[in-house]
Amino acid sequence: MGNMEKWVSGGTSVSEKDIKAGDIFHTFDSLDCEYTWDCGKAIGKYLSELKKGNIIAKKCNECGRIMLPPRMFCELCFRPTDDWVYVEDTGIINTFSICNVHWDASRVEEGEDPPLPAVIEINGATKGMGILHLLGEVKPEDIKIGMKVKAVWKPEEERTGAITDIKYFKPY
Amino acid sequence: MRDVAVVGAGMTNFVRRALETPKELSYEATKNALDSCGLQLDDIESIAHGSAPDAFDGIHQKGEYLADGCGGFNKPTMRVYVGGATGVHSLIHGWYHVASGHFDTCVVVCEEKMSSAMPHAQAFFKTIFDHTTERPLDPTLLWIFAMEMKRYMETYGYTKEDMAIVAEKNKNQGIKHPASQFDTEVTVEDVLNSEVMAYPVNRLDVSPVSDGAVAVVLASDRVARQITDQPVWVEGVGWNLDTAYWATRDLYYPRYCEKAAWMAYDMAGIRNPIEDIDIAEPYDPFDYKALHHMEGLQLSPKGKTVDLLKDGYFDQDGEIAMCPSGGLMGVGNPIAAAGTMKIAELFWQLRGEAGERQVPGSPKLGVAQAWGDLMQVSSVVVMGN
Ligand SMILES: [Zn+2]
Repeated sequence: MGNMEKWVSGGTSVSEKDIKAGDIFHTFDSLDCEYTWDCGKAIGKYLSELKKGNIIAKKCNECGRIMLPPRMFCELCFRPTDDWVYVEDTGIINTFSICNVHWDASRVEEGEDPPLPAVIEINGATKGMGILHLLGEVKPEDIKIGMKVKAVWKPEEERTGAITDIKYFKPY
Repeated sequence: MRDVAVVGAGMTNFVRRALETPKELSYEATKNALDSCGLQLDDIESIAHGSAPDAFDGIHQKGEYLADGCGGFNKPTMRVYVGGATGVHSLIHGWYHVASGHFDTCVVVCEEKMSSAMPHAQAFFKTIFDHTTERPLDPTLLWIFAMEMKRYMETYGYTKEDMAIVAEKNKNQGIKHPASQFDTEVTVEDVLNSEVMAYPVNRLDVSPVSDGAVAVVLASDRVARQITDQPVWVEGVGWNLDTAYWATRDLYYPRYCEKAAWMAYDMAGIRNPIEDIDIAEPYDPFDYKALHHMEGLQLSPKGKTVDLLKDGYFDQDGEIAMCPSGGLMGVGNPIAAAGTMKIAELFWQLRGEAGERQVPGSPKLGVAQAWGDLMQVSSVVVMGN
């Protein structure tokens, strides 16, 4: 070992087991934080159009980009964006994953479908404009980068104006 | 601007769950760094510290909570936090304090304790995603890593075996590090056979969740030479930030890293990084990410990195030693502290003090890099002796 070892302090690590067994002193508290987020002007319109079964983008006339999710200002040109543009509810898979872990690090159980997140480049928006969403009605082993997919919408009466008004994208 | 040197470094062990509080971890690292160069806290004029999401500790604005452990009481103290990029960004932050001429000495200390968050720190990463357009899909941070890895592999035809070589190399190298969380060798087979977390990411493709802290001492040119006859100079600093609309970037290449690297190289007067750099400490929270960042750092031509890796180009005794520390994969990943660990590694390596991990042939120039926020921030520091 080199000189550096002198400047590393020794370990006193413990394991999950020590905590559960109550072998060490520790303290526990849970947070109770809730938020009501304003979705803003651009995303507000995006959500209201999702409720109607449409995907809407916003165009910047300076750089010509048709942007998703829509935004009130173009971050490249740093000026207000211009026209609202309806885009398709189809796209191609830019990349994807087959996930065996939920957001809270719990594992997907036997028999449960793994979440299939993907970046989907939406047709009608500028090339490369992807959004995060999920895939469905596809066997995980059949998913490919470049695959053409189409939105599967919730029935109109179940839509709430949320990104989840699209249940998932499926190959078409 | 004045020249700035690193004159001391210290760290705690990286462990799965530490008994110490974040404040106590910060104290251990800071005290070790001061002791390493024979200074007292009274000799230090300013403090720059970093720690990533407040959510891990459940203490909002944890900068003020950590400040005492960092030696920040009654001193000009600033906190920086840009997620995983914090560890190197904090060094840049401290560099400003001294380069500006405002202070002659500064301690940079970064800490992370991830084990407090129950049941798992991973759950708290959901809160880094957009609350309206992404969080309702229940994302985990693994998703964006897995999707980036997939995109990167697909672009160049790299295989999972190729990526696992990095895991094997860095984890086994890390065993030589006295602060490492690991003591067991792994093979490419072990990586491929480990639990699939989110295809193409297996468990051993990922660095572990860790607790730990690292500190370094900075001094101005004049003062550095009074403290040590082996100062290690901060030759260049760079940082850059890409869009937080992460799904609109092409994930195969870290553009933000390239821009940050050239900013640092230009300052250091480096025209040909592949020729000039002896040691690289790219940020490697996942195995593929080390290669991704080697390309961003201009230390490997795009798409050729696996070939060079297999040819031993990035070994401890290779042309450019990649992660001689063992990296995050091999030492551990207490988020902000992991980046500062890379700075400390360059300090020890460039002084010839890295023991079993020492890169042969008296290395002259090293680069450390970190990466974070919503995958779009990079910070780069070039150090030389
Ligand atoms: Zn524009």
